Parts: sequence; structure tokens; C-alpha cells
Amino acid sequence: MNEQLTILLVVVPLMIAPITALFKSHTISWILTAIVSFTSLILSFIILFDVIDGSHVIYELGGWRPPWGIEYKIDSLNAFIALIVSAIACLSTIFAWQSVPKEINENNYGLFYAALQLCLLGLLGIALTGDIFNLFVFLEISSLSSYALISMGRSRKALTAAFSYLILGTIGATFFLIGVGFLYAASGSLNIADIATRFSTFADMQLVMTGFIFILLGLGLKAAIFPMHSWLPNAYGHAPSVVSIFLSATATKVSIYVLIRVLFDLYPVAYWQALLLPQILLVLGCVGVIYGSFRAWQQVELKRLLAFSSVAQIGYIIIGISLLNNDGITASVMHLFNHALIKATLFMGAGIILYRTNTTKLSELRGFGGSMPWTFAAIVLAGLSLIGVPGTVGFVTKWYLLSGAIAQGKWIVVVAILAGSVLAIAYVWKIVEAMYFNSKRKMVIQNVKSGDINLAKAPISLSLALWIGAAGCLYFGLYTELPYQSAQSIATALLSSEVAQ
Amino acid sequence: MIPLTYWLMAAMLTPLLGALVISRLDKLPDYREAVTLVTASILFSINVYLFNHLDADSSAQFTIAEPIEGLAISFVLNQFGLMFALIASGLWIATSIYAIGYMRAHHEKNQTRFFTLFAVAIAGVMAVAFSENLFTLFIFYEFLTVSTYPLVTHAGTREAKRGGRKYILILMGTSILFFLPAMIWVYYLADTLTFTSGGILAGHADPKWVLPLLLMFILGISKAGVMPFHKWLPAAMVAPTPVSALLHAVAVVKAGVFSLVKVVVFIFGTDFITESGANQILLWFPIITIVLASLIALSKDNLKERLAYSTISQLSYIVLGALLATQQAVIGAGMHIAMHAFGKIALFFAAGAILVTMHKKLVSDLNGMGRAMPLTFTVFTIGTLSIIGIPLFGGMWSKWYLLSGALSFEQNAVLYWTVLGALTLSTLLNVYYLLSIPVRAFFFTNPSYTVIKEAPKACLIGMAIPTFVTLYLFFDPSIFYGLSLSLTGS
Repeated sequence: MNEQLTILLVVVPLMIAPITALFKSHTISWILTAIVSFTSLILSFIILFDVIDGSHVIYELGGWRPPWGIEYKIDSLNAFIALIVSAIACLSTIFAWQSVPKEINENNYGLFYAALQLCLLGLLGIALTGDIFNLFVFLEISSLSSYALISMGRSRKALTAAFSYLILGTIGATFFLIGVGFLYAASGSLNIADIATRFSTFADMQLVMTGFIFILLGLGLKAAIFPMHSWLPNAYGHAPSVVSIFLSATATKVSIYVLIRVLFDLYPVAYWQALLLPQILLVLGCVGVIYGSFRAWQQVELKRLLAFSSVAQIGYIIIGISLLNNDGITASVMHLFNHALIKATLFMGAGIILYRTNTTKLSELRGFGGSMPWTFAAIVLAGLSLIGVPGTVGFVTKWYLLSGAIAQGKWIVVVAILAGSVLAIAYVWKIVEAMYFNSKRKMVIQNVKSGDINLAKAPISLSLALWIGAAGCLYFGLYTELPYQSAQSIATALLSSEVAQ
Repeated sequence: MIPLTYWLMAAMLTPLLGALVISRLDKLPDYREAVTLVTASILFSINVYLFNHLDADSSAQFTIAEPIEGLAISFVLNQFGLMFALIASGLWIATSIYAIGYMRAHHEKNQTRFFTLFAVAIAGVMAVAFSENLFTLFIFYEFLTVSTYPLVTHAGTREAKRGGRKYILILMGTSILFFLPAMIWVYYLADTLTFTSGGILAGHADPKWVLPLLLMFILGISKAGVMPFHKWLPAAMVAPTPVSALLHAVAVVKAGVFSLVKVVVFIFGTDFITESGANQILLWFPIITIVLASLIALSKDNLKERLAYSTISQLSYIVLGALLATQQAVIGAGMHIAMHAFGKIALFFAAGAILVTMHKKLVSDLNGMGRAMPLTFTVFTIGTLSIIGIPLFGGMWSKWYLLSGALSFEQNAVLYWTVLGALTLSTLLNVYYLLSIPVRAFFFTNPSYTVIKEAPKACLIGMAIPTFVTLYLFFDPSIFYGLSLSLTGS
């Protein structure tokens, strides 16, 4: 019976998004979005509990048998990614209730929420489908809607940021499509499982390798893997708060998910090991960690700082994948979840700051901690998770990543991870210092009418979403069963498929 | 009867609950201070109760979570930890009394935040003391760093900010850079991190790995103040004096040496270290720190900075004792945690009293001040004598055991003489840089100090407590001796 639920995850937003676009009222569009995101969350939970033991749920679209028809084959990795995406969508929706009316032009409420739902639809679709071309379609749905979402940011810079993201995102997607085309020419199939089982029959064709490189470059660009990250800081820095929260926590994660699928389930591991790819990814990951952390430390604006820190955190995930052992992959998959939680919380903190003070420049936030102690506390908590202080989610990932690297005897990696953590202390403390200490000057608050009640305290929906995130950072740092069991079952599945081939 | 486990839980929850109540009493400073005192007294009583029920082969243990498979956050009642908890909670009472006088006389701002975070930090200390494994200890080691940061930067000035930055970067940076990988490495080798009598590494690790691994712990646990990562302690002196007194002479720095002693005794095991011979190289770290820090202390004119360097030097006595790995030396190390705590906190209290009444920070300004503040300088003298290790004061006993431990160290003749030489030299330097202060105050004359003008009463009461304890401990050091004995496995 649960097969039907999988398709509902895609169908519900697909049906409701066009309806949402028809409404102008904020309340109605918000309620529709809330229905979509909470339904997705519940469905993802149900599906995850069905497959966490390593079994599969299979749904064939239109009743066509694979490899001719499109097939959704859900294992724990699919369900886990879907859970991350829909959980973050719920948090963003709660946050949107009071943030969107302030940041988005009132004529665009319906469009904004429709685009948000379509983006959610695209990301969920990527997470579920077992057909590589279908995956490309969903990738484009999510990308196109995210360009629109980013361009709705308040400053005009959002337009150029969205445009440069559009150019690079399209190049990435096109590369991916070319790669898929080459692979189709070689294999005659688009079903991931089908291609994988027949891989040895066409493995030595030049076309297959060319396709692989195109797919890899396309995904690297979409996932903002160093050195293909240049679009990310601008896009996240200028997007509306809700969009920064949603995209920073999900968009790159889903691209990394596709990368994992391609590396472990589409192409056999031995194939790309021969291409020295693990070593290349390892170096890129390490350099990305150091470079991203260092650039984050240099930033003077909160949202850009967080965006550069994302580049570094993606580096950790890539390192975990390239270690190719159980601990490494467990760390990577768990970090998809953990980092989504941390970054969403931090961007929510930045969103509240923006809501209250109309600025996120660190130099103008003096004394903010004193006037909003609870928001500040949540930001500090998430910041500590980013560093990897024990008792928080960030630590659990770092533990597995380090033990994976130690087990492989890769000491350079250990040094890179630790150096990245120390840089993380520096940039997180930059935020803390900026807000904690009072300045002689009073905090300057611009563009606010006198007597505006929003200045007095953080709105309830914003604080609620923020504290759900912050509590999550702590809770999942202590009680790790859910992410750990999922990640463990995923790592076993991925590594056993390598053995099977 | 309530099981001991609940008492153990209460030891950690009491200060947290206290903090919660204190934070709500911003408008009622008198009640707020009363709550602080009551919380401190309850906590001390709980620890005394635990101490009294220690023998009847009692075991109290509980786990709150297991974030990584096989690694739980759990706590256990243990003798060495109880010693640390007793010292910290006992001195918390003295410090609270003192702080009430100090903070009010000094017109400090944000006093509610100060007292709240103080209680939170004490909760962290209790958790460190009762950690069942290295992983739990690490968590609360970091917790202590973060929760004391606002206390260090309490003044909010540019100088405080700079000091705070150094504090967090050195303490957290080294712990992530060295402590964390060392811990994972140990777990990788031994498959457990539980503190076990005799160590967990023997039989699991090649002795040649002891040297790099133990070095990582020494560098990573920078709260112990072993050079080259000692700079955070002088930087932390920008804090208000009660913070410097309790946290940076007792709680935080002792958490550092406590962790290090725990690692040496219960992770490596003293026999395994002796067998590997790694301590013959690593002993140079505390030796150099002892001598160099004493020399630097000599050159500091700022009283609190001089005390900070004296603390660095004294902390390395404890590290030295642990690394000597002989039975007497380890007992000496354990006892020095207690003895130094009482002596040094008295010195800091006196320094704060001088600051708050006379507004003087420099040693060179103290000439003749003994006429005006006789009680303060008597306390200072007693603290000094105890730290030097002169009979009639508790500090003598720990030095006694440390020295006899050094005498029974027979692996390396050069080291043997170096250790003895360093201990002697440092004692002489102690006499010079600490004792010269009361000598200046009492025997130099200065026309401006003729009328007696002492610190607020609360400060004086707070100062009296550790002073009397120091005297008492000379006649009866058995409590701390008994608790330190657990380090030797008997």
C-alpha cells in the first residue's frame, strides 16, 4: 500500500502549486504551502520507517515495467534525503509566515509560494526517482524555481546573483544532460539499476567515460564543490531569508545525493577508482574545507559568511565520500542531515536579524546579543555545532569522519579537517564577538518607521522555527539513533553494491 | 533512603537550577546573592554526603545519552573526582561571599549575568569531575571553555575582547587540534574510553606510540597551562577578580590538570608509561614550564599577571608528578591540586581586595600598604608560605610527596637531577617573587598609608575561609591524601 505514498510526495506539490499561484492573499497561499510541506514530512517519515531495515519500496509510473517505464525505487538513502528536504521545508514554512510579508512584494505572494512548492517538488522528485532522465527533469524544475525565488530578494543585487546562478546552473544542468545522453547512447537505457547491471557489456566504450566526466562536472557545479562554488555565496547572500534557509539546507545536499547515486549505483566503484577519482575528490574536499573556512573568516557580512562556510562543509561531505569506507560514508550521509539542520538554523538567525535591524553587516550588529538574548543564544548554539563542539550534531559527524580517516591512515586528511575546525572557531567567534559586545554607538536601525512594533521583539513564528532548529542541533547531537541508523543502513547498502559488482 | 545515584545527579543539577533561579532575580540583588550562597552550600553538602557514603562499596552511575555507538555520556562516583568536586564546591562558597563584596564595591555591571554563568560553570566542573569516560570529560571540558568566556570578557572593553579571543582560540583550538584526534586514536586502538584503574592501552598499543599520543594529550589539554600553550591564562586575567580566583586558580585550570592526571593514570596507566620510556622525553615540558614561568613571573609588575604565571608554574608541578609515574609522585600530584587551590585562591582574593580598596594593580605600588591593610596582607603572606611549601601550611605536604616521588624515579640519572634541580630552583624563585610582595608591604614605609582601610566585610570573610583551611590542612591532610590514594590503585 505504501507504494502509492511515494508518488503522492511528488503529486501533492504538483497539484497544489498551480492553485497557489492563483491566489493573491498571503494567508491562503501560506496555508496551502503548509499543507504541502507537512504532508510531505509525514509521508517521508512513513516511507523511511518502511525502508530503514534495508528493504525497498518500488513504484512503477503508469504501470510500465522498467527499464521502459519510469520506476521509483526507494531505499533508505532516497527516503532519508526526502525526509531532510521535507523537514527543512516545514521549518522554512513556519518561518515564512511572518518573514515573507516583510520581504516579498505584496503582488507576488502567490507566485513566491508556488515557486517554493515547485522547488520542493523538484528536490523531492530528485530524491525519489530511479530514472536518470527523469532525475534531470526534476533537477531543472527545482533549479528554475530557485532562480525565480532568489531574484525576489529585496536588494537589486539579488537580480544579478540570480542571473549568474542561472547561467552557471544551466551550464551544470546541460553538462549533466550531455553526460546522460552519452550514457544512453552507449547503454540504450535510462534506468539506473538497469544500466548498472549491464555496465560490463559497454564499459570499455570511450563514450561512457566522456559521459561520466560530463555528469561529474555538471553535478560538481550544482553541488558547489570547490572550485565550482562561485555562484553560491552571492545567491545565498542576496536571496530572501526563507529562500536562503531552504536552499542552503537542501539544494546542494540533493545534488550531492545525486553524486553519491552516480558514483555508487550507476557506475561501478572500481571503474572510477581506476580514474584516480577518490584521490581527486579527497584533495578537492580538503582544499575546499580550508579555503571555504578561510574565506568565511574574511567576510564582513553575516549571510555571505554563512554561505562560504557552506562551501567548507560541502568539503567535509566530499572527503567522507572519497574515503570509501563505512565510517566515511556514514559521516557524509549524516552530515547531509546535520549540516542542513545547522545551516538552516543559522540562516534563520540571520533572517531574524534582518527582520529586526534591516542589516546583516557584522559591524552594525553591535549589542544585538544584549537586546535579543534568546535569538543570540540559538545562533551561538548552532555556531558551536558548526565548529563541532561535542554534544552537538557537528561533533558526531566529525567523529566518524576522523575515525574513517584514521582507519585509512590518511593523516593529511586528519590535519585538514582539524585545521578547518580551528578556522571554524575563528569565523564563528567573529559572529559571536560582533553581537555580544556593546558598542559606544547605539545600534543603527534603518528604514523603519518610528513606533514600528516589529522592532520590539522577534515575531513568534520566526522564533519558533529558530528554536526548533537549535533544539534539533542539540537533540540529534545527543540522541543520534535516527540519522545514525539511516546513515548506517545507507553506507552498508552502498558499499555492498560495490562488492556485488 | 535515596540511592547514591540521585545524589550524584543532584550534584550536577543543583548549580544549574541555582543558575535558573539567579537569572530570574535581576531586580532583587539581595535575594539573588542569597540564592547563590544557598546553592553553593547545598552543593557542598551534597558532595560531603557523597564523601561520607563512599566506602560501603557503593557504586553510583548513570548515563544520559549515547550519541556514538559504544560511547555514552555517563557519570560515575569516583574518589579522585570527588576530591575535585569537594574543592571546587567548597571554594565556591568562599568565592560567592567574596564576590558579593567585590562586585558591589567595584560597581560592576551585569551582575546577574555574572552570578548566573558562575553557577553554570560550576555545573560544568561537577560534570568534569564525575565523568565516567574520556568522551564525557571532553564534552564538559569544552562546555567549561564556552561557559566561562562571558565571565572572562565581563568588562566588555577592547582589552577584554582581545583577552577573550585568545582564551577561546587557544583553549578550544588546541582541544580540537590535539585532544580530539588523540581521543579518537585511543578509541581506535583500545575500543573503549572508560577510565579504568591501570589504564586501557596496555596490551592494545605498541609502546612506541605512547610518546606521540601522550604528547598530543599534553598539548591538547591546554587548560593545564603547559608551555607553549599557556598564554590564555595571563590573557584571562582581564576578568573580574572572583573569576580569576575561583576559575583561573581553581576550577578551569584544575579541570585541565585533573583531565591530564586522569588520562595518564586511567587511560595509559603509570606502568605502561614507565615501560614505554616516553615520560623521559615528555618530562621536559613541565620542567621547562616550571622554571620559565617562574622567571617570567619575576618580571611581571602587574600583580594578577604575576599570580597567573605563578599558577602556570605550579600547575606543571602536577603534570610533573603525573609524568614521573611513581606512586609517591602521583599522590603528590593529586594532593597538589587541593593544596595549591587553597593557597592560590587566598592570593587572588588579597589581590582583588587591594584593587577594590586602593585601586592599585602594580606590585611596585604596594610599598608600605601593609600598614593600611594588615588583614589582607596577612592572608597574602599565609597563601604565599603555603605555596612555597613551608611547614605549618598545607602546601608542604604535596611538595613532600612530589619530592619523594622524584627521589624514587630511577630511570634516568640526568632527568633525576634535573627534576630535583628544577623543583629547588622554582621554590627559591617562589620565595623571591611572591614573598617579596608582603615584605614590601610590611617593611617599606610609605607616608600615604597610615590609616587602616580594609576591603568590604564580605571580602574579608571570603578571604578568611581558604586561609584557615590552609592552616588546618597542615595538621590533617588525610582527607586529600585518602582521596589521592585512589590514583595508585590501592
